[in-house]
Amino acid sequence: MTATAHPAKDVIANRAIALATHGLSKAFGSLTVARDIELNLPVGARYALIGPNGAGKTTLINLMTGMLAPNAGQILLGGDDITALGPQERVRRGLARTFQINTLFAGLNALEAVTLAVAERRGLAGQFWRSVGSNSEAIDEAYEILRKLKLGDDCYQVTRELPYGRQRLLEIALALATKPKVLLLDEPAAGVPQEESGEVFEAVAGLSDDLTLLFIEHDMHVVFRFASHIIVLVGGAIFTEGSPAEIAADPGVREVYLGKRKHG
Amino acid sequence: MSPKATTLTPQAYLLAQSRWHPLEIAFWLATLLPFVLFPDYLSLASQIAITALFALSLDIILGYAGIVSLGHAAFFGIGAYTAGLISKFVWGEPLSGLVLATAAAGIVGFAVSFIVSRFRHFTLIMITLGLGLLAFEAANRAHWLTGGSDGLQGVSIWPVLGLFHFDLYGYTAYAYSLATLFVVFLGTRRLVNSPFGLALRGIRENWVRMPAIGADSRAHIRKAYTIAAAIAGLAGAVLAQTTENVSLESISFQRSADVVVMLVLGGAGRLYGGLIGATIFMLARDQFSGIAPQFWYFWIGVLLVTVVMVLPNGILGGLSALYARWRAK
Repeated sequence: MTATAHPAKDVIANRAIALATHGLSKAFGSLTVARDIELNLPVGARYALIGPNGAGKTTLINLMTGMLAPNAGQILLGGDDITALGPQERVRRGLARTFQINTLFAGLNALEAVTLAVAERRGLAGQFWRSVGSNSEAIDEAYEILRKLKLGDDCYQVTRELPYGRQRLLEIALALATKPKVLLLDEPAAGVPQEESGEVFEAVAGLSDDLTLLFIEHDMHVVFRFASHIIVLVGGAIFTEGSPAEIAADPGVREVYLGKRKHG
Repeated sequence: MSPKATTLTPQAYLLAQSRWHPLEIAFWLATLLPFVLFPDYLSLASQIAITALFALSLDIILGYAGIVSLGHAAFFGIGAYTAGLISKFVWGEPLSGLVLATAAAGIVGFAVSFIVSRFRHFTLIMITLGLGLLAFEAANRAHWLTGGSDGLQGVSIWPVLGLFHFDLYGYTAYAYSLATLFVVFLGTRRLVNSPFGLALRGIRENWVRMPAIGADSRAHIRKAYTIAAAIAGLAGAVLAQTTENVSLESISFQRSADVVVMLVLGGAGRLYGGLIGATIFMLARDQFSGIAPQFWYFWIGVLLVTVVMVLPNGILGGLSALYARWRAK
């Protein structure tokens, strides 16, 4: 929809930047939660955002998606300044997110919820004279998203009755229904038992290569396995960033984060 | 979900959601019974149909979108006064009166929707309560126009389609109210089963998630609120025309509160909840006020507290849970 085709100025490894922030800052009174954040996500990236609790990881996602307004700085999506846009405008331009705490439509079933998201994207949600069931293309698209995430068999079950792990997958399904170019995953496997969290991350790994991903995750095994690049956030500022190998070898990171891995 | 559902294709499943159930057909056939069985109660039946229409309008915003309103009678009253004034000063043709009254309430509803769509929860309750009281006092003060507490006198309605006089027994009144209710019900039924209806349920189920799927909740709410206001105005207009009188009661806080009670009794967000709730409420009022005219509200209170405690989804919610259990056997 938007002009993402024109070449962005910053280029890492000759790839266009899908999402960038410049000098992004946010403070609540005297508490600084984001300090001068410079971020460049190349198209197709698999970036992890790590840091101790309270480092401002979720705040950063809230700032990028427009759920919080920054005090200073810029957010660029495909080179376009989206800093002034509301959350739903950013979603329509291709910036989607999931939530650390399930933020689902408890009383709708998975099929209805994802169909709603597809209908919103296709501009059908204002239609009040045709039944939902008559929009076959939107329904097929919704079901296909659910099926790919292995939610096809559960799609008639009311969300609140779905097992927790399935609800985490539905979080991702709802975000995918917006056809994002950039997807921000806030601890996609939060609260899922470790033996099942693999299922969630397999689903994440199976997403299209065109999709640019940034995910927050505490489990270092998962981070090192799925991320191509890691950003370490401490006290609202970027502490360091680099490849998994560089981060693993960084003594500073070990001290602030890896040393206190148990949700320090 | 029943095991049968899982064998349906996704589209067939969603289409089945909006299919007519035999019980619905039975319900609408039963609404014709008063003509044969209770010809002495047709005026009451007409009042019930009008109240049900009013409850249906509130269900769109309260039941489906989860937008609370304690001032919904403002739109009912605007419709009633508009229809009454048109018949008094312009002409008594009823159908054009309905259209104009509906439009008037819809326009005011649209204007108010810009305020309403910005707020939620307690703030919204207070705002709608305040707006409702403003409307009441405006109608009260404009004595020269509305007749104030004396009511609007001199309303005179021509025969419907030039053929059917509003008779003393209420045959025409009930037929007129019931026909209006049925037509609007068909439209509302379409609306709640549409993508827009799904979006309203989305707003009710999770207000925070809606922008994250790219939805403009405020635009949806403005639209739903305008539609609900227009239907409430239509209900008021039917009351004004069938009773040939408009009292201040039609725009009072009491009416706003009563309609919320009816919806909660019947079951909000269920389409038939408002209809069942209005029927029970009006019948209870008729019966209890016969026993003790001063204290009939006591029994409504008992009924409300009991239903809310025992059946959180209203009488219809309780019945459908029973029905589901019976079918599962």
